[in-house]
Amino acid sequence: MSRKRPEPVQVIKQRRDAALNALVHGVPYINFMGIEFDRRGDELTAMLPYDDKLIGNPFLPALHGGAISGFMEVAAVIGLSWVHLWDEIERGEMDADEVVKGHLPRLPKTIDFTVDYLRTGLPRDAYARAKVNRSGRRYASVHVEAWQDNRGRIFAQGTGHFLMPMRDD
Amino acid sequence: MDKSKIAKQFIQAIPHSRALGMELTDIGDGFARIEMPYAEQLVGDPETGVVHGGAVSALMDTCCGAAAMSHPSSPAGTATIDLRIDYMRAATPGQTIATEAHCYHITRSVAFVRAVATDDDKDNPVATATGAFTVER
Repeated sequence: MSRKRPEPVQVIKQRRDAALNALVHGVPYINFMGIEFDRRGDELTAMLPYDDKLIGNPFLPALHGGAISGFMEVAAVIGLSWVHLWDEIERGEMDADEVVKGHLPRLPKTIDFTVDYLRTGLPRDAYARAKVNRSGRRYASVHVEAWQDNRGRIFAQGTGHFLMPMRDD
Repeated sequence: MDKSKIAKQFIQAIPHSRALGMELTDIGDGFARIEMPYAEQLVGDPETGVVHGGAVSALMDTCCGAAAMSHPSSPAGTATIDLRIDYMRAATPGQTIATEAHCYHITRSVAFVRAVATDDDKDNPVATATGAFTVER
């Protein structure tokens, strides 16, 4: 029995990164905020590089609560989309090259989003990771943690519910 | 200085609100109204042109904070403790989103605020928010 030779690791890696890149940079609001994603295997970390336009209180100064929640919602939506896209690419149902060409999957819709502000957002880079706690055919529940210099000292956490895009099957 | 001038300066002083194009149209006695015109850069779904929820949350957060601060029992600034947003429907692309927030209860330490966001169809809210804010002393 002959098995197809696995593709070189660089090819697979490049294709995954390109698919993620297309997914993220297809959204104008994500580009406006300057949010980027770092991928290690299937794990994503959202990054919000500091920018003056993210400030909510110029006297402290501190990041705007709305910028923080927007960042976390992006981390949740992309995190959730990525889990599904990853599975589809791995199963061969979705062609990563098609994603790169602009055939983007429909994004989940936010039903509700709640943010706890635990500490002041400092005027520096912020990071966030989303955990999909439940993802059914129609609804998903996602938890997000955001931190700045210290991974152990989260400055905000959020929970959101999402409506999954309709599948053709 | 008249109230509308103070209101304008309030928003002008918040870089993120200014970056999103927000305009404070009314404020006082625990009430605030802020508009955010439609802009391409705020789009969250490129296929439909619908504004991203994150931009709506920033609008809600600013408006709720302004309402909390404008309450007669609030001596100074405020910070968000928590904010929940319910998205009822997608805002119609091209239309301005307006938010009205009421600070309906305030204690020595906490201001409780509710807000509703609408587009041109005023009878059909786009989103609602409830939040708790600090009362800085």
